[in-house]
Amino acid sequence: MTYGNRLRATSIAAALVLMVAFGLAFFSAKIEADQGFSQKIFYVHVPMAIVALCGFVFGGIMAIQHLRTGLAKYDLKSYVAIHLSVVLGVGVLLTGAIWAKAAWGTWFEWREPTLVSFLIVFLLYCTYQPLRFSIEDPEKQSRYASVFAVTAGAFVPLNFLAVRLADPYIHPRVLNQAGGDLPDSFRLPFYLGILGMALLFSALYQYELSHKNSRAQLRQLRRKLGGEEEAVGRSAAPQVSSS
Amino acid sequence: MRTVLTLLRKELLLERKVPQLVPAMALFSVTTFVVFHFALQQRDVDGDLAAGILVVTLLFATILGINRLYVADREEGGFDAFLLAPVDRTALGVAKALTLFAFLVLVEFVMVPAFAILLFGPGVGWELVGKLVLVLAMVNVGLSVIGALVGALAIQTRARDLIGPLVALPLLVPVVITAARALSPVLGADGPGAMEGQFLAVLGLYDLVFGLLAYALFDFLLED
Repeated sequence: MTYGNRLRATSIAAALVLMVAFGLAFFSAKIEADQGFSQKIFYVHVPMAIVALCGFVFGGIMAIQHLRTGLAKYDLKSYVAIHLSVVLGVGVLLTGAIWAKAAWGTWFEWREPTLVSFLIVFLLYCTYQPLRFSIEDPEKQSRYASVFAVTAGAFVPLNFLAVRLADPYIHPRVLNQAGGDLPDSFRLPFYLGILGMALLFSALYQYELSHKNSRAQLRQLRRKLGGEEEAVGRSAAPQVSSS
Repeated sequence: MRTVLTLLRKELLLERKVPQLVPAMALFSVTTFVVFHFALQQRDVDGDLAAGILVVTLLFATILGINRLYVADREEGGFDAFLLAPVDRTALGVAKALTLFAFLVLVEFVMVPAFAILLFGPGVGWELVGKLVLVLAMVNVGLSVIGALVGALAIQTRARDLIGPLVALPLLVPVVITAARALSPVLGADGPGAMEGQFLAVLGLYDLVFGLLAYALFDFLLED
């Protein structure tokens, strides 16, 4: 099975939409009265956070599929989605820290529940890789990783609820009621930013899936030719057998 | 249900014959209070600080328990014996959660009085005890559900003492948040104040969601 069919189209679309979104953000959206130019980071930070959280939940859904069907491809999908979301999560925390420094004068703001809950979720998902790494048996590894992914996926909304209750928030709410208090000139680049980030995620997702897949195919072909088995570094990624 | 009760009896019998986990957890929690006393340089605590110390100490004692919860089953062949028996596998998870719950209650019988004597500033009345029991009972449910799930997850890994706490700690953060916030008015300096219901509601929701989730997922952690 190939995963790379729509890779080119998705990549081009992601690049285009992100360019338009950032172009609009810089040249068309007004400078925010309160925070000035530093508010522009909002068009990167928020879409990235939304896509990362959706990626975590998507990983959990794929893990449910894996547990129900037992097919290795769902484990691979869950793995790739979580893996990419953790990478995006690093970006979210970094851009969040920069924005917090510019807007509130501190690198991290404990009174800000969205940031705090994101940190907790991120810390939880950071243990996904070590967990996979420390289970030798591939079949058991994927099953346990899926149990983790389902639990953590359910944890994401609950954690947000608990953290939000704990403190009054100072974070701007941007998605409360269909755009909420976002002015019109901010709204279009913001939505395009979310779309572009989602497309970027999708492109990277397909890229990693097809890479894992073609590597497995290559290994199988080599084995058929009777060549030397390529020494592979130890990896916690799910092993797919292409057939 | 009968399987669960049999397994629970086995766990409690084991702990009664060779006390291992409960004394260790109780001792650990008392020592932690001493550590807190010196680290914070406080003789008496109340309010936020008291709630935080109590919840964090309970959390760390629980982590100790989670790490050991399945060790006997793994090393003495308890898993194999259980898998050979023609019973529902989820029963083991339920029994482990109930075991951890019972252990936590026993530990709290030592821990809470020790806290009152060593660190807690305001006086202790029946109202305080009643509210404390309510919150701790709900906290124990969350801790034991997560403990039974994460313990089973971690026991099969090579670095189980590492993976267990690493996974359990972030998962239990909502319990810490809600419990600490619910307890801090109860442990206030001017006697127990009114609790805010929303924290108990979220704690209850957490218990419910993860209870159901653990019940649904436990099966997958045993198949071999």
